[in-house]
Amino acid sequence: MSVGASELLVEGEPSVEAIELVPGEVTARSPWQLFWRRFRADRVAMASGIFIVLLILVAIFAPLIVSILGLPGPSVQNPNLTDAFGTPIGPTGAHPFGVDPLGEDVMSRVIYGARVSLEVGIIGTALSTFLGVSLGLIAGFYRGWADTGLSRLADVVLSFPILLFGLGIGAACAVNGCLGGAIQPGVQTIIAIIVIAGWTYIYRITRGQVLSLREKEFVEAARSLGASNRRIMFREILPNLVAPIIVYSSLLIPVNILFEAALSYLGVGVKPPTASWGQMIADATSNFQTVWWYMLFPGVALLLTVLAFNLVGDGLQDALNPKADR
Amino acid sequence: MIRYIVRRLLWGVVLLVAVIAITFVLFYLVPNVNPAVLRAGRNSSPKIISEISANLGLNKPVYTQFWVYLKRLVLHFDLGYSYYSGASVKSLMADRLPATLSLTFGAVVIWLAVGIPVGIISAIKRRSVLDRSAMGTALVFVSAPVYWLGLLVLFLFAADIGKFKIPFLHGAGSYVGLTTSPLHWFESLLMPWFVLAATSAAIYARLLRGSLIDVMGEDYIRTARAKGLPEHTVVMKHGVRSAITPLVTVLGLDIAILMGGAVLTETVFDIPGIGRLNYDAITHGDFPIIQGTIVLAAIFIILANIVVDIAYAYLDPRVRYT
Repeated sequence: MSVGASELLVEGEPSVEAIELVPGEVTARSPWQLFWRRFRADRVAMASGIFIVLLILVAIFAPLIVSILGLPGPSVQNPNLTDAFGTPIGPTGAHPFGVDPLGEDVMSRVIYGARVSLEVGIIGTALSTFLGVSLGLIAGFYRGWADTGLSRLADVVLSFPILLFGLGIGAACAVNGCLGGAIQPGVQTIIAIIVIAGWTYIYRITRGQVLSLREKEFVEAARSLGASNRRIMFREILPNLVAPIIVYSSLLIPVNILFEAALSYLGVGVKPPTASWGQMIADATSNFQTVWWYMLFPGVALLLTVLAFNLVGDGLQDALNPKADR
Repeated sequence: MIRYIVRRLLWGVVLLVAVIAITFVLFYLVPNVNPAVLRAGRNSSPKIISEISANLGLNKPVYTQFWVYLKRLVLHFDLGYSYYSGASVKSLMADRLPATLSLTFGAVVIWLAVGIPVGIISAIKRRSVLDRSAMGTALVFVSAPVYWLGLLVLFLFAADIGKFKIPFLHGAGSYVGLTTSPLHWFESLLMPWFVLAATSAAIYARLLRGSLIDVMGEDYIRTARAKGLPEHTVVMKHGVRSAITPLVTVLGLDIAILMGGAVLTETVFDIPGIGRLNYDAITHGDFPIIQGTIVLAAIFIILANIVVDIAYAYLDPRVRYT
């Protein structure tokens, strides 16, 4: 009785670089299939990816999850949960993460806080990536004055101390809203600051890549076939940029989440009653030696979230660029 | 070379003016409050407010105001006066600079002393248990918010409130100047130094590891080995020396940013530096101080970029022609 090679391969996870020696069944794998196989084999990155998916679900279904766990809402203040000196009760069965000095449930607020972090991290990164890629394509492809102007603008933006700048804008908007009340402090302001500052990184990478790609033979070939500039940019050049863009933007997400938390910690980001992890840590600072749970749990949530995004980013980088051989 | 330096310096000046102008316009347009009211304080009569408006030049057109601001800044490094205390922003910042510099340079020493050896060892012993655990730890520190790390360290070890009190680790707000008491200065900064250095040490270790792994794959490393050089010499003299250049770029910028005020660390540990000044200014809506710290930090950043660029041009002549 002979066992075919194909049957052997069915058992267990085939090794990443396994060559399937099945005559007649050889099909070429697309780059995306190769990428997916490599990424799937990276157990740490996969676990982090699953964690992020769960976190997104938690954020979306926060009201449902809070009610299933039998917790009070994030802004329900229950004065009975603090003693005569205003010290709230610590972690118990009914309040696994304890209660804050206002009598609000900390776990409930940590769950709702995921919304702010993910919103800022994902939307802020998506918008700044979109802007950076668009401007980078224009500058790299057309060169000339468009390139000069945009690159100089990026230089100016990169000369700003971004955290201080964000603090300044946040503070200016905190007094009475800003630009005549058109912009109110909160998530939108933070996303706006992230987009204004964040496009430059993606822009520089895109521009550099486009500058070298536009001289390649396949672009010349497309041009000789009569392809328009727009077609060359979007159909010929852009697909080659997908890998670096994914890697760099995935590494921007954790940076942006930390940026929001820092602004909220300093009191110019997201304001109560909206729950934000950074703002909770700031609020906990005044008496963290006794009410340690109020400081600990939002911080752990923040750390795990940022860590998961960083691990996925590293995993994507390894899977998309196997030659780096790390 | 001289032409390159001159060009680079001129562009730096242009950048600086652009940053100052944007900051000025932003703080002119954005706040929805009258600066004169902030300066005058609560319950001031309209007469006082209009006097202050005239004093601050608020009734003049915006370009005149900017011109006056720029002229004072360039000629006297005069950044205006605090709305809250009335003191000049320049003198406030000068008072706070020593604390910020103490914090920055101590942290830089620690993160280089930790980050560089860890990066080298990880690169050489790639994929070993040592490498994996070092890089895992590094990623945790990259992901941890510095202010939370600070609170955690205070909670655990501070001499006043810590769970495991370590007598020489003074708690938040214990900073004294170097000249007042060198020993107390050193002890009070130990925790802030390590907390501030943690993230950067992790980033530098990761960076150096990646760049050293690339360099060790180069042909000239093989040549060096073939010559029979001891491995130690190959790694340190041939490998690390060229692998460390990307770190220099980052280091220049990192020092510049911290010198503009390590806001988060200074806030957690209550160190009276420029960052703390900025934080207090935010609570008071004290815009001249916020504006001043942004301008100061931008000056440091632009200077650091120029120094790094010139150093690169000196090391690699090809740079000068780009």
